[in-house]
Amino acid sequence: MGPRRRLRSDAVIQDALDYLTDSGSWWGRNGLVNLTWNHMRLSGAAVLAAVVAAIPPALYLGHHRRGGFFAITLVNLSRALPTFAVIAFVFPLSLQYGFGLGFWPTFVALFLLALPPIFVNAYTGVSEIDRDVVEAARAMGMQEREVLRRVELPAAMPLLVTGIRVSAVQVVATTTLGALVGFRCLGTPILQAIATRNDGQLIVAALVVAALSLLTEAVLGLVGRRLTPWASTRATEAKASVQHAT
Amino acid sequence: MLANGPDSFIWWEWVGGHTDEIWERTIEHLQLTGSSVAIGFVIAMAMALVSLRWRRAYGPLAALSGALYSIPSLALFGFLVPITGLGFRTAQIALVSYTLLILLRNIVAGIDAVPASVVEAADGMGYEPWRRFLAVDLRLAVPAIVGGLRVATVTVIGLVTVAALVGSGGYGVFIEDGLSRARGFSTPIVVGGALSIAMAIAFDIAFVLLQRAVTPWARAAGSGATP
Repeated sequence: MGPRRRLRSDAVIQDALDYLTDSGSWWGRNGLVNLTWNHMRLSGAAVLAAVVAAIPPALYLGHHRRGGFFAITLVNLSRALPTFAVIAFVFPLSLQYGFGLGFWPTFVALFLLALPPIFVNAYTGVSEIDRDVVEAARAMGMQEREVLRRVELPAAMPLLVTGIRVSAVQVVATTTLGALVGFRCLGTPILQAIATRNDGQLIVAALVVAALSLLTEAVLGLVGRRLTPWASTRATEAKASVQHAT
Repeated sequence: MLANGPDSFIWWEWVGGHTDEIWERTIEHLQLTGSSVAIGFVIAMAMALVSLRWRRAYGPLAALSGALYSIPSLALFGFLVPITGLGFRTAQIALVSYTLLILLRNIVAGIDAVPASVVEAADGMGYEPWRRFLAVDLRLAVPAIVGGLRVATVTVIGLVTVAALVGSGGYGVFIEDGLSRARGFSTPIVVGGALSIAMAIAFDIAFVLLQRAVTPWARAAGSGATP
């Protein structure tokens, strides 16, 4: 068992090193640099679109503490949407209506993937603020808009940022699937490696994606702490993990 | 209604001619989902027990399952193929690794959230530590744990469609089939996608009902389903 195993893992490491030291795997249209950039571009666009689409209605509903059940149910249902099916379904439509292959089918699927956690966390963040606090703000003479902007939004911020973070990490890992419909991203070398049985290349490409999503987690975590220095991270984490599970 | 043919959104004749295969794929999808979530739950529970006993272990365990979670499914499936071959086992290993983070977080958060006063009361009543854990801590954590199972199951059902790429069957076979036709034949994609969604919703509802059945006190307080 020993020697054969060794031989195989040696070969994989050799493949990985060959791939890493070949300048062709770094530069050019199919190089890791360009693919990483494309990967980040699409992930960023999808998360940004989800933030723009989810946060205003979440804040509105949260502020009025209305429609919660309906909203949460809808979001839970959307979680059942299989990303692969959405990509496959939008793909022919995108071709037919001249949006091309790759970017748009993947964008639609990732947008739908990113929505639920952002929406739920923003909604919960605002709607679960102690009523007394909100009433106190009103009693101080704040307009509704001010209550939302100066009291509810800051109080909801830790949970809101956590929602964006959870979504972004998922999206970065899932963007890989875009390669199946011809979007040039970090999934491209993975598919190529599966087809050519190049395990070294596969591992390198997978590690780049994993590193990218861990980096996303770290950066957004840092942004969250910067934005809300008053919040205890531990408490938010605990709350968010339960929330994430709804 | 309108003429129904291969170009339609869904071509019913194709569906009618594939009922046997649909049934077969349903069984495969269920087997892969059920076994992966079950194995994942056992491992996550063990990790949670270790974390609760030795607090310092939680950070590394959560980080480990977080790292597994961040590996793209496509890469993890592809990576396992040379080791475990094409098929069920490969898909299962990858899927189990995706359930760990969600389940671990929820089990630990749920047990942590049990009020200290309740635990003390149970201790005062003379419960032995293990009995107290099973009868009090774990029971009160049921809503959070079921919440984790819901998310894990729904996530896995979606990912099983991707697992078709490594030959493990399930509804993903239909999606792959539709995608591989040159002009895009939407019927198998719609069928595979819709059945996968239906399965996810069915499981989600089943878990909510299960939770209501085992936590009658929560219903009394009006918070049966986690908000």
